[in-house]
Amino acid sequence: MNDNKTHSQNAEEFLKDRERAHWHDETLWFVRAKRDKAAHNIPEWEALRDAASRIKEHTLSRLDEYLIQFEEKAKANGVQVHWANDAEEHNQIVRDILQKHNAKNVVKSKSMLTEECGLNFYLRDQGINVVDTDLGEYIVQLRNEHPSHIVLPAIHLKKEDVSNTFHEHIGTEKGNKDEVYLTRSARKVLRQKFLSADAAITGVNFAIAETGGIVVCTNEGNADLGVHANKVHIACTGFEKIIPKAEHLSIFLRLLARSATGQPVTTYSSHFHRPGKGQEMHIVIVNNGRTNQLGREEFRGSLKCIRCAACFNTCPVYRRSGGHSYHTAIAGPIGSILAPNIDMKQFADLPFASTLCGSCSNVCPVKINIHEQLWSWRQKLMDEGYGGFAKKASMKVMAGVLGSPAVYKISGKLGRTAMRLMPFAVNNNLNPWYKGREMPEPPKESFREWYTKNKKA
Amino acid sequence: MKVGLFVPCYIDQFYPSVGISTLQLLEKFGCNVHYPPDQTCCGQPMANSGFASLTHGCNQNFIKNFSGFDYVVAPSGSCVLHIKEHLHDERNPEAAKEIRSRIFELTEFLTDVLKVETVEARFPHRVGLHQSCHGQRMLHLASMSERVLPPFSKAEQLLKGVKGLELVKPARVDECCGFGGTFCVTEEAVSVAMGEDRVSEHETNDVDYITGGDTSCLMHLEGILRRKKSRIKIVHLAEILNAQ
Repeated sequence: MNDNKTHSQNAEEFLKDRERAHWHDETLWFVRAKRDKAAHNIPEWEALRDAASRIKEHTLSRLDEYLIQFEEKAKANGVQVHWANDAEEHNQIVRDILQKHNAKNVVKSKSMLTEECGLNFYLRDQGINVVDTDLGEYIVQLRNEHPSHIVLPAIHLKKEDVSNTFHEHIGTEKGNKDEVYLTRSARKVLRQKFLSADAAITGVNFAIAETGGIVVCTNEGNADLGVHANKVHIACTGFEKIIPKAEHLSIFLRLLARSATGQPVTTYSSHFHRPGKGQEMHIVIVNNGRTNQLGREEFRGSLKCIRCAACFNTCPVYRRSGGHSYHTAIAGPIGSILAPNIDMKQFADLPFASTLCGSCSNVCPVKINIHEQLWSWRQKLMDEGYGGFAKKASMKVMAGVLGSPAVYKISGKLGRTAMRLMPFAVNNNLNPWYKGREMPEPPKESFREWYTKNKKA
Repeated sequence: MKVGLFVPCYIDQFYPSVGISTLQLLEKFGCNVHYPPDQTCCGQPMANSGFASLTHGCNQNFIKNFSGFDYVVAPSGSCVLHIKEHLHDERNPEAAKEIRSRIFELTEFLTDVLKVETVEARFPHRVGLHQSCHGQRMLHLASMSERVLPPFSKAEQLLKGVKGLELVKPARVDECCGFGGTFCVTEEAVSVAMGEDRVSEHETNDVDYITGGDTSCLMHLEGILRRKKSRIKIVHLAEILNAQ
């Protein structure tokens, strides 16, 4: 990932290895196809999406009440609840808890929130060692990379990449890319980490206001292993993960895994309500810009997201540009509407990394109108001047010609000048259209000219 | 029935035969078709680039040209969608609203308003269908692979009656071609990669033509086909439905 480059530049880089890019596209399309199959096996699929969307909308409209209810219940269960207004506060709270217990080694099960907050690097600088125990995330951590996908963190890597990484870091046989061998080797190392750690950090998929409990969904059982093997459990959650009642889980759990990977349900849906005997349980509830999103009416709906990544897998742009091209912790279509909320300048390119095909909105299990929000972000970013002077000037010229019939007609006659304003119409190598495509051949006459000749009389 | 024919700017300039076929087709079905001569563009190129704020000229001009018709029809799902969702004029909100409710994409106008059952057309070729996203996912001209809803397709319904036509669908039935308006140049590499993948599925199917309801997608695919020196050509649905 190169933070200084735009999505478009990173994507061009990614596509230089066409064979690998093609493999990436096919791999994720396979996941999308599995999702389709799983969804089509549920006749009431669309009704489930409706219900999930409405529950989330309702919850967002009464977030204050549900969060307080959650805190009260969790505290009554013996859980310590912390509130963090931003990433920095979140990281400090986690550090303080760990330092209080003199914890040096921490096992973490996948949490995109801690990625968002940059927790690993923060704790490393404080002398605390964090191991990501989700296999995919363990692989990218060994490589000193970020996850390229929120559900499949190492999806940009092939078996031989994993084999090389493991050979270098955990001493597996050189060139052995047997997946069972590699997985077992990682498991051996990770088991040791679970047993020798001082504390466990997990993410949260759902926080239930009614019970004060949290649910963590994994396929590897690594959240359970970490929590049960350690004295301290810290669960980090964005405040939008709240749902009102335990019975609502039946809707979200049916949608989550099917949307994510096409599985009927994740292998583990782990419910944590209170600390075990002799253990401590903490929940850190994080804002980090979410209240801004809540206050922006047209973008509020993005807070319904349950991080299934269905929009990643279906996005034809994501599949052909890779997660790192989005230069943010959460890539893909949903990331492109979340990131500008945090920093418009840094992420002004992301809402343009889309053809607005709308497939993302169609697969979204909580019915976020992702493509419409991408469109709205474009308006907001340009209104606030993040498009630059040149872009606005050229758009003004285009608007001037296309908005005036007299200018349009004259321009058209003069060798289709009007159309030279269109992105595809300049026949030279400076025109990006021409790099991979031929120009449309200008016909003898425009429709208007034909009509005047043949119909008007 | 008085129909205002909207021929989007790039069709006017580069693909006049699509406009001509649309006009002739509508007349064949008894419509009284008018082409308002001062029409230009729907404003979508600016709006999708984030400059909807600069579209008032296009909006006012569109309203001036297309008020007073029973229906407005265009051979482009994308432009029709833009008008339906975004045409507005603070000085004339009623007229804008009226047009938004009266504008139709060509195939939906044929199937839903004119209730056309079969078209008298002949097109003896193997044809691959490209579903354009705006027409499909936003105007609902066909069912979508992501949704769990009964299957249908307005284009296929019409193409069924075309003599000699053999319709073949690509493996990914409704993946985007990568045109995306200014996306085609701002994200050139991804745009071309997407287009090449679409084209390659149609090549596997050994089609003679790729058809669709949006000339912009077809123009992008044509650019790729011609660069590859492929034998496959593009043809708009209107041209097939009007072919003898």
